[in-house]
Amino acid sequence: MQVYMDNNATTMVDPQVLEAMLPYFTEQYGNPNSLHKFGTASHPAITKAIDQVYTAINAADADDIIFTSCATESNNWVLQSVWLDKIVNGDKNHIVTTEIEHPSVLATCRFLEEQGVKVTYLPVNEQGVVEAHTVKSFITEKTALVSVMWANNETGMIFPIQEIGEICKEKGVLFHTDGVQAVGKIPVDMQAVHVDFMSMSAHKFHGPKGIGALYIKDSQDLSPLLHGGEHMGGRRSGTLNVPYIIGMGKAMELATENIEEKMAKISAQRDRLEDALLEAIPETFTVGDRSNRTPNTILISIRGVEGEGMLWDLNHGQIGASTGSACASADLEANTVMLAIGADNELAHTGIRLSLSRFTTDEEVEYVIEHFKGAVLRLRSISSSYAKVKPTAGGEVQECELHHH
Amino acid sequence: MRVYLDNNATTKIDPLVRVKMQPFFEELYGNPNSLHQYGMEVRPHLNKAMGEMYDALNVPDKDDILITSCATESNNAVLKGVFFQHILKNPEKNHIVTSSVEHPAIIETLMFLSDYGVDVTYVDVDDNGGISAQAVKDAVTDKTILISMMWANNETGMIFPVEEVSAFAKEKGILFHTDAVQAIGKVHVDLTKVDVDYLTFSAHKFHGPKGVGGLYVKKGKTLPNLLHGGEQMGGKRAGTLNVAYIVGMGLAMRQAANHVEKMNTDVRRLRDKLEDALAKISDTIVVGPREKRTPNTLLISLRGIEGEAMLWDLNRAGIAASTGSACASESLHANPVMSAIGEDPELAHTAMRLSLSRFTTEEEIDYTIELFTKAAERLRSISSTYAYTNEAG
Repeated sequence: MQVYMDNNATTMVDPQVLEAMLPYFTEQYGNPNSLHKFGTASHPAITKAIDQVYTAINAADADDIIFTSCATESNNWVLQSVWLDKIVNGDKNHIVTTEIEHPSVLATCRFLEEQGVKVTYLPVNEQGVVEAHTVKSFITEKTALVSVMWANNETGMIFPIQEIGEICKEKGVLFHTDGVQAVGKIPVDMQAVHVDFMSMSAHKFHGPKGIGALYIKDSQDLSPLLHGGEHMGGRRSGTLNVPYIIGMGKAMELATENIEEKMAKISAQRDRLEDALLEAIPETFTVGDRSNRTPNTILISIRGVEGEGMLWDLNHGQIGASTGSACASADLEANTVMLAIGADNELAHTGIRLSLSRFTTDEEVEYVIEHFKGAVLRLRSISSSYAKVKPTAGGEVQECELHHH
Repeated sequence: MRVYLDNNATTKIDPLVRVKMQPFFEELYGNPNSLHQYGMEVRPHLNKAMGEMYDALNVPDKDDILITSCATESNNAVLKGVFFQHILKNPEKNHIVTSSVEHPAIIETLMFLSDYGVDVTYVDVDDNGGISAQAVKDAVTDKTILISMMWANNETGMIFPVEEVSAFAKEKGILFHTDAVQAIGKVHVDLTKVDVDYLTFSAHKFHGPKGVGGLYVKKGKTLPNLLHGGEQMGGKRAGTLNVAYIVGMGLAMRQAANHVEKMNTDVRRLRDKLEDALAKISDTIVVGPREKRTPNTLLISLRGIEGEAMLWDLNRAGIAASTGSACASESLHANPVMSAIGEDPELAHTAMRLSLSRFTTEEEIDYTIELFTKAAERLRSISSTYAYTNEAG
């Protein structure tokens, strides 16, 4: 059996999405900016896709949704253009974000710091969440932008976007949220929150990799990141990726229709998996209250079991899991979210993320439970750090850390 | 019959490329940055595709090819990268030389940068739509940091003197970028022969997918990221890899390189046949000597016929053509290249671009000759400006 439980990293393209895209590769291949039939033939499908995206997040007609090449581009766009519009060409100089944003937000913030921008990276509480009052207390008159993700990729924890939005509105500060891990997993209603900009990515909800979008409230001004032709009303240049736009629209529709039902099914499977692992394996911890998590995500820590070792054993059993964000997983650093919530370094190296999808089956869940238990037993039996920790019940943390450096 | 003669705007995906991409949606869908089997099993395919791109450009492994979302992104990345890396740090060298007929992604980005202290010289084209290397050299000053000149023009197909200009730039210690979007697959793009620092390409111009492009960066000429974030592409371009399209672009680029000869024999013959036939229509002007053009392109101006009207007639006959760059074609402006080569606005509004591909057939060309000639007759018979011109002339 092959089990893919890394759906927060990327997802399989839904067969219906692929079917919707295929005609636009070799048959309807015109450039939609062309005036001839080859170009205009794809217009109805593009319009439909845009409608699907508006519907999926309940955006208002006055809002703009602009397709980008990925959420990384959307995040870079907001941060770099707010910098230009409000800091370089304005009187602000400060951005508020969190310690556990996606690398595309954090790296862009570091780049902006090199350009002289002050950035506040807010800490998270022991639940892995930034509290709204913390955000409020760091906003100053110089703050141009608050950027806080809607849900975290590693823990699945949902952030108080509604409250933060109200605070930003009251303070007159722009609010951006990286909605990559929220869209398609939980209800996202742009008319129920005050968000100026939201990033989205199709490949997190069974659409293709290489397309994302940026929601812009009230179609407000934001300088372009990619200058060029007149595509998308001059907001984002580059020939339209027609098949992927159509695929993203379809994927969003499929992910968000009857979302409560889908959430109920996935969270039942997730809870079954989580309960079984916690019950069967001593000295394991999961991060964050389930009730405030995306329904598909578990971040579990197993004392004495190196995350990479566990990943390897799971992989051997044909199970795809993760030790954290795939964007950072080529380097074997400790899980940054685990560190941020105050876990010691040893524990931070033991985080395993399991993320389900609507294609996950009950049989797969049972298979993972069995395999996971076996892997922990095997790895603990050969773990030097677990043997040392166990008799003294945590008294030798320093020694454990030495083990890793 | 349907005839697609707008291959400089975009191309059909080669069916082989589509077949090659298909498994990467539902089967091989892992994130290549993941450490598990789902991620790792796609890596050999990515490596192979990258190898195909390195081979197509004939560049060594030590140089970088960064995958971007399109040529627009590549062009933005080079110009803004040079701005952050060089101009912002050393405002003494704040001058960029380019041509007046670059793609909007270059022109608009430079207009944007000129608000931040960048000084730009736009070298004009000559009467043929060509750029003289001497004019570029003359535009260079002590403050010049970068020359950005396209390899071939999208509207006329005119090939620019990249070899001479790049050699000159190297001698002067000036960075050289070329937008080679219209050159790949149409002429030999061999970077052992032309010494460029940065080169932009786009898959959908050579029968690959829309939404993926590349940026070649010579070793030692690394620029700051345009997209900051994860560690993809060695940390030089963040964003989850668009595996399907990268694999597709690799094959499309290999195919394009393999078909350069065919483009310069079979496709050139068809283009010349079309050109010879259309040039027989009275009061027409074809821009640029054909031996200096990419083998697939023809920009023809018909006095007294509004380009948009011609487009409409051709469209009704199932023929797709263009009045100029598709990136600007909703704006109904006069063709900027025609304006740049000094034609009066009336003539500039009459330009039609026909661009072939390796999939174009003889029957399609014969059909186009027939329908185009008829359309020209019909439109001239109802054209007030043409009648007026004739009487006046």
